Amino acid sequence: MTLILDRLRTVNWRDHVVYFAFALVFVYFAITQSDYFLTTSNLTNVIIQAAPITVMAVGTVFVLATGEIDLSIGSTVAVAALVTAKVLESTEAWPLAALAGLATGLVIGLVNGLFVTVVRLPSFLVTLATMGLLVGVARQLTDLKSVPVLDDSFVWLFGGGKILGISIMVWWTLLVVLLGWHLLRQRRFGAHVLAVGNSPAAAQVTGIKVNRVRLKVFMISGATAALAGILYSGRLQGARYTLGESDMMSVLAAVIVGGTALAGGKGAVVGALAGSLLMAMINNGLILAGLNVSQQMIVRGVIILIAVSLSLRAKKSN
Amino acid sequence: MTQSSPLALRGITKHFGAVAAIERFDLEVAAGEIVALVGDNGAGKSTLVKIISGLYQPTDGEIVLNGAPVTFRDASDARSHGVEVVYQDLALVDQQPVYMNMFLGRELVKGPFRTLDRGRMANETQELVTELDVRIPSPYARLSDLSGGQRQGIAIARATHWASGLVLMDEPTAALGVAETAKVEETILRLKERGAAVLVVSHNLEQVYRIADRVVVLRRGRQIGTRSIAEVEKNELVAMITGLVQ
Ligand SMILES: Nc1ncnc2c1ncn2[C@@H]1O[C@H](COP(=O)(O)OP(=O)(O)OP(=O)(O)O)[C@@H](O)[C@H]1O
Ligand SMILES: [Mg+2]
Repeated sequence: MTLILDRLRTVNWRDHVVYFAFALVFVYFAITQSDYFLTTSNLTNVIIQAAPITVMAVGTVFVLATGEIDLSIGSTVAVAALVTAKVLESTEAWPLAALAGLATGLVIGLVNGLFVTVVRLPSFLVTLATMGLLVGVARQLTDLKSVPVLDDSFVWLFGGGKILGISIMVWWTLLVVLLGWHLLRQRRFGAHVLAVGNSPAAAQVTGIKVNRVRLKVFMISGATAALAGILYSGRLQGARYTLGESDMMSVLAAVIVGGTALAGGKGAVVGALAGSLLMAMINNGLILAGLNVSQQMIVRGVIILIAVSLSLRAKKSN
Repeated sequence: MTQSSPLALRGITKHFGAVAAIERFDLEVAAGEIVALVGDNGAGKSTLVKIISGLYQPTDGEIVLNGAPVTFRDASDARSHGVEVVYQDLALVDQQPVYMNMFLGRELVKGPFRTLDRGRMANETQELVTELDVRIPSPYARLSDLSGGQRQGIAIARATHWASGLVLMDEPTAALGVAETAKVEETILRLKERGAAVLVVSHNLEQVYRIADRVVVLRRGRQIGTRSIAEVEKNELVAMITGLVQ
């Protein structure tokens, strides 16, 4: 009992700002856009719109918590989506197509991870390079042409399906967030991720295989980016080299707003979900308020700046 | 009883290229004994500790634990043989709670999904810090909220918990104030009472006289001598360390 009280006392309330912000923005739009915002279809729409970002955000939580960064997720989305669509087109076997897409993400993550752990380059540089490389691959893969996705099962499972009347996108979001939360909060792996992000030297001397942890987080990041690409291709019923091209900033914003430390050692999967929904809600509200795309980008940029400043200030005050 | 001492070093030698950091070093540390390792900057003290803890491989010589010769591939290999080290710069993660630090790399799990058993880790941590009289607000406290002395206390408690009779310390109080140093020294003496063999690197001769049973002097990688604390004058010790006769 006293231990539980102790535990509550050590909760850092600043880590949970995202939930207050979420509530605040929710209430604000509910009042100002009262005729449309609160409808079930609009709210589900927010979650569906956010689904690929949420999925990627979960992977990015692991990367940032380890003290690394993966800038290549946006272009991984396009490459994985195109590979999936091409395999589906030629084999007409949707499970094979989905696995091929996922494997693409895992391989990209592995390559990023190997450059970071074996060649010992900063992940910022490695993933900046692979990002550019993958943009090229995505454009080359189909000569800038889109590839249609027509398989009904695939489109149901990764796009328009419903289970118990709830969009499959919501289920994917739930599944990935739950898995991510379990891995980070309940497994030894999660504890090692946070230790490596906090102090690689301390992790090393206690026998944690630091490089193996780093390799794994890049593979998780590649896999979630690939899943996001698969979800895009299912929802849009086709893949294009432009998929995911503006997602990296949204993902980083969602994750950092959600309470994951940019400098490592701290990660919040549920916070990242809240961050992602918050960003989607703001987007949604801004569209309803009649702002154009450029104005939306400006508002998003301002939010990211504020979030990053808060994140780094919190780190310094430690 | 040579065979059964927790640590025996025989002819340990370490070269870094042309630099001889340690030359033919011999030492035995008995259970319940505190041996201090002293010497000037660059004498090779940390190098010796790193060799025993698996971070460096000796160029020559033999490490014998409880009568069995061992070779370590890396730090986790040494750790799995029950060699624990307390570092000056605290090998702890400050954004994690105390219990997590105590079990870092060896977290307890429960159930079919092998989920972290936070409750049991916290309880065992509480028991251990109570036993060693390290006063902390709670095992759930974040490490960054503790004082330097409390943190070093946690590092020592962790080493004690996992050690199989041998604890190495490299300047465990170098970063601490007077009161905190006293507290950590108490903890070290409690380890001795529990029968641990302790090898402690120290720059502080007062401290050496307060806690050690024997003292080994290193100068530029050479083992100048090993003395019982009761039989060595401070002047002589200083002379051995510096190489100057006063
Ligand atoms: N990894 C290394 N590569 C090359 N030389 C090294 C390495 N580590 C230590 N040395 C050298 O070995 C010698 C002993 O260093 P060591 O750190 O063991 O000294 P120390 O006694 O712990 O000194 P201090 O009191 O300053 O901590 C020094 O000359 C140092 O430069
Ligand atoms: Mg040293």
